[in-house]
Amino acid sequence: MKNPEEIFELLKNEFGDTILGLDKDTPTESIILVDSMNINKIGAFLRNNNDLKFDSLMVLSGVDDTNGTKVKDEDGTDMISGGTLSVYYHLHSTNLKHKITLKVSTPRENPQVESTYNVWRTSDWHEREAYDMFGIIFLNHPDLRRILMPYDWEAGYPLRKDYKNPEFYKGMKVPY
Amino acid sequence: MGLLDKEFSDGNIVIARVDDLMNWARLSSIWQLGFGLACCAIEMMATSASHYDFDRFGVIPRNTPRQADAIIISGTVTLKMATRIKRLYEQMPDPKYIISMGSCANCGGPYWEHGYHVLKGIDRVIPVDVYVPGCPPRPEALLEGLLKLQEKIRNESLRKKIA
Repeated sequence: MKNPEEIFELLKNEFGDTILGLDKDTPTESIILVDSMNINKIGAFLRNNNDLKFDSLMVLSGVDDTNGTKVKDEDGTDMISGGTLSVYYHLHSTNLKHKITLKVSTPRENPQVESTYNVWRTSDWHEREAYDMFGIIFLNHPDLRRILMPYDWEAGYPLRKDYKNPEFYKGMKVPY
Repeated sequence: MGLLDKEFSDGNIVIARVDDLMNWARLSSIWQLGFGLACCAIEMMATSASHYDFDRFGVIPRNTPRQADAIIISGTVTLKMATRIKRLYEQMPDPKYIISMGSCANCGGPYWEHGYHVLKGIDRVIPVDVYVPGCPPRPEALLEGLLKLQEKIRNESLRKKIA
């Protein structure tokens, strides 16, 4: 069993600059911030290292950080420009009984994160959900298409804070 | 208005209007499409089970739309599901009936404002015969809805379906 500082030190020694920081001031597990383009390599290390053995990705979730600037759209509604979208990875070691949370941030205008499908199969549907709800592109995902919304949904990504629902979908009125 | 009040005394002949006979046959064996959506479907299953016994009104689940008489929309209808429900409805033979069960199917329910994915009432897609309010309705309420539907069928005529 390792505490978050020890896990952070192990990662820092292995990956150096791609490990961006440790956030201990959280009510739950501590969060390690890492680089979005190296998350699959970091994940493989976390899973395979004999002192860590993070064999279970409990959940992967997308978050709209809403840290951009609000601008007016051409039709007068609020839009968010700039800022980041984030992905959180909640890891658990069933063998060593310790947990850690990873976080990657990616720019809102071109959100790209390396897929962790080749590390944890759990990522498959969870990454599809994050793509469906936030539009985060997971590079090298084998089957990145919408999972909950209709495949032909063109109105955007519903859980983004500046999402606007359409008036009609296939002739059906959407608002109340 | 039972059929047996025009029975002859020797017991082998009953006189009835064709309308009444057809309506009696239809309302006494409403086969519902085996189809559940959300928590209302749990109540619908409870209604089908032995305690409330939907079968005593002739209601049994039939797992093909081509041999079903009614469809109970039991739960939240997402926009994605609405296209499928419309197709199922179109595959059912006439006469066909729809019971909208619960707040979600009636009007969107708790998703009425922020449900970006929810159809705000199944009557935007297919015509509803009976609305059953509740969230979810108790089995008694669904039975009441079925009795309302039977009442409606009882007043139909062969020449014209009275809405």
